[in-house]
Amino acid sequence: MNWFYFSSPSTFYRFAGRIAPWFYALAALLAGAGLYVGLVVAPTDAQQGEVYRVIFIHVPAAWMSMFLYFVMACYAGLSLTFNTRLSAMMARAIAPTGAMFTFMALWTGAFWGRPTWGTYWAWDARMVSELVLFFLYVGFIALANAFEDPRRGDRAASLLALIGVVNLPIIYFSVQWWNTLHQGSSVRFTGSTMHIAMLQGMLLMAFACWMYAIGATLTRVRSVILERERRTRWVREL
Amino acid sequence: MSGFAWAFGRDLRLAWRHPGETLMVVAFFVLVASLFPLGVGAEPQTLRRIGSGVIWVCALLAAFLSLSSLFAADYADGSLEQMTLSPHPMVGWATGKIAAHWAATGLPLTILSPLLAMQYGLDAATLGTLAFGLALGTPLLSLLGAACSALTLGARGGGVLLALLALPLFVPVLIFGAGAADAQASGLSPSPHLSLLGAGLIVGAMGLPPAVCAALRIALD
Amino acid sequence: MSALEIRSLACSRGDSRLFRDVSFTLPPGEWIAVRGPNGSGKTTLLRCVAGLTRPDAGIVIWGGKPTSEAGTQFRSAMLYAGHAPGIKDELTAAENLRNALALRGAAPSDEALRESLGSVGLAKIRNLAARRLSAGQRRRIGMARLALDAAALWILDEPLTALDADGESMFAGLLERHLRRGGSALIATHHAIGSLQAKEVRLAS
Repeated sequence: MNWFYFSSPSTFYRFAGRIAPWFYALAALLAGAGLYVGLVVAPTDAQQGEVYRVIFIHVPAAWMSMFLYFVMACYAGLSLTFNTRLSAMMARAIAPTGAMFTFMALWTGAFWGRPTWGTYWAWDARMVSELVLFFLYVGFIALANAFEDPRRGDRAASLLALIGVVNLPIIYFSVQWWNTLHQGSSVRFTGSTMHIAMLQGMLLMAFACWMYAIGATLTRVRSVILERERRTRWVREL
Repeated sequence: MSGFAWAFGRDLRLAWRHPGETLMVVAFFVLVASLFPLGVGAEPQTLRRIGSGVIWVCALLAAFLSLSSLFAADYADGSLEQMTLSPHPMVGWATGKIAAHWAATGLPLTILSPLLAMQYGLDAATLGTLAFGLALGTPLLSLLGAACSALTLGARGGGVLLALLALPLFVPVLIFGAGAADAQASGLSPSPHLSLLGAGLIVGAMGLPPAVCAALRIALD
Repeated sequence: MSALEIRSLACSRGDSRLFRDVSFTLPPGEWIAVRGPNGSGKTTLLRCVAGLTRPDAGIVIWGGKPTSEAGTQFRSAMLYAGHAPGIKDELTAAENLRNALALRGAAPSDEALRESLGSVGLAKIRNLAARRLSAGQRRRIGMARLALDAAALWILDEPLTALDADGESMFAGLLERHLRRGGSALIATHHAIGSLQAKEVRLAS
């Protein structure tokens, strides 16, 4: 398949328009399944009761926030290396969705933290890194829109995204070194291995979030394309 | 004469002729560090516990204040274009400018920090660790700040945008620097923190100047 | 002596396409005047040739090699002077001149600097901080730099701005001497310069 065919904004515009609804539909299906597993099938946790069920949103949102930043940085790298307009537009389109997931992760984390550990906010590696990630997203969006010339905004923000992607692991490990409340690694929070249903629920929700993110990005990139290419003939013909 | 020497010499001379910047940074540092006891209460034990952290945060903020002028003047009067078009490699003079910036801001902060540490009642060993940590950390702050400053040259949103970009990147430096002083104060060894800071400085000194140059090229485009 | 060759240069600023398919050759000993109405892209063309702005398309060749490959060589041989003259307010005229030349790898003696500033009429005020100088006097520092610099190619954007009649004839003399020595120049200007003939590159709006 000739990938460069899709790197033209006009072809990508039509392509994105056709496939985006499928991703939304997939997201809805997976979310339905995930929530069913999470809210109905998974058992009540021995120590935390029903409140723990917020992890079915919190953990997928956190995973997505980090994954999307990485994808955004990849597009940023592509746009700087090959100077393609579409890569920069994709990076711009991902940023708000990524910021949203980060925000959700922070809020659901606070909501989970209060009854579980007695505090809305805890200064541990993950929460602080998540907060810094939120600022990295906001910084990206702010920088991209801070210039008269949108191409300059594209390039500056892309460079920022690359600097951020190098810094994010450093920030994470530095805060982890400094303090940690969260249990060491991934999906263990009862001290023993998780019930299989909880894991299934989280994975389903994670895929749902991923599909939603793709759908939202494709929709958003279409409006970015329209705005950027508004002087070209194919847009005026629309 | 290398590009580094050219830029370092020139910027130091400019800072010497126009010491307002340096004085402002130093004054801010001392002022804010002196505000904390007024807000928190002057109980010696409290001050000793928060001392290194407060001094580090103040150093961070003071260093941040001077960042916007790092490239702005050269950008406005056309010197940046001339430097970019010179036969010297860009990385050389960019690093020279950053080094001169540190000499005019971070270095005075580091030298003054023992005085503030005494204000907070920190003991000699902690004071030493604090100053050494600042000596390693402030150049890294200048490097990180230079990248952010270059990215925001001529952008709308000015200082706030720069803060949004730079302060998250400063976080690890703060953690390890203040952590080293705290470790020393509690009787533990500060060397892991300081070595990480040192390593960060080396990696930053090698990796950040090219990023600064890329950002400057984007700004001049 | 190398020749400058431009092939199919195209550039846009923001949304608008400024120029496309601009091609010309500038052999040593000649100069080209870039003319066009305001906003037609003269400055952008000069910046693309100098290497400050990345063009959308096209290639700049100096001495047979593309400048994207032989960048350092090109930059040593080329001197660019844009709208902003690169003069620091806090330094004196003499210091500014010395710095500008050191940046290009030249280290003239104090004598040479003094003489050069004298020849552009800045002898008495060479130790004055540049902030106290008028726009025309700052331009003359630029002319002293042109006189002392060994660059083969001059890329100048409106060099006659702020110069009085005396300064204009001084500049014409400098350009003539430069061309006679085998140098070349690409100059954006809407004036005639002395009595020197030039090829023209016209940019439409």
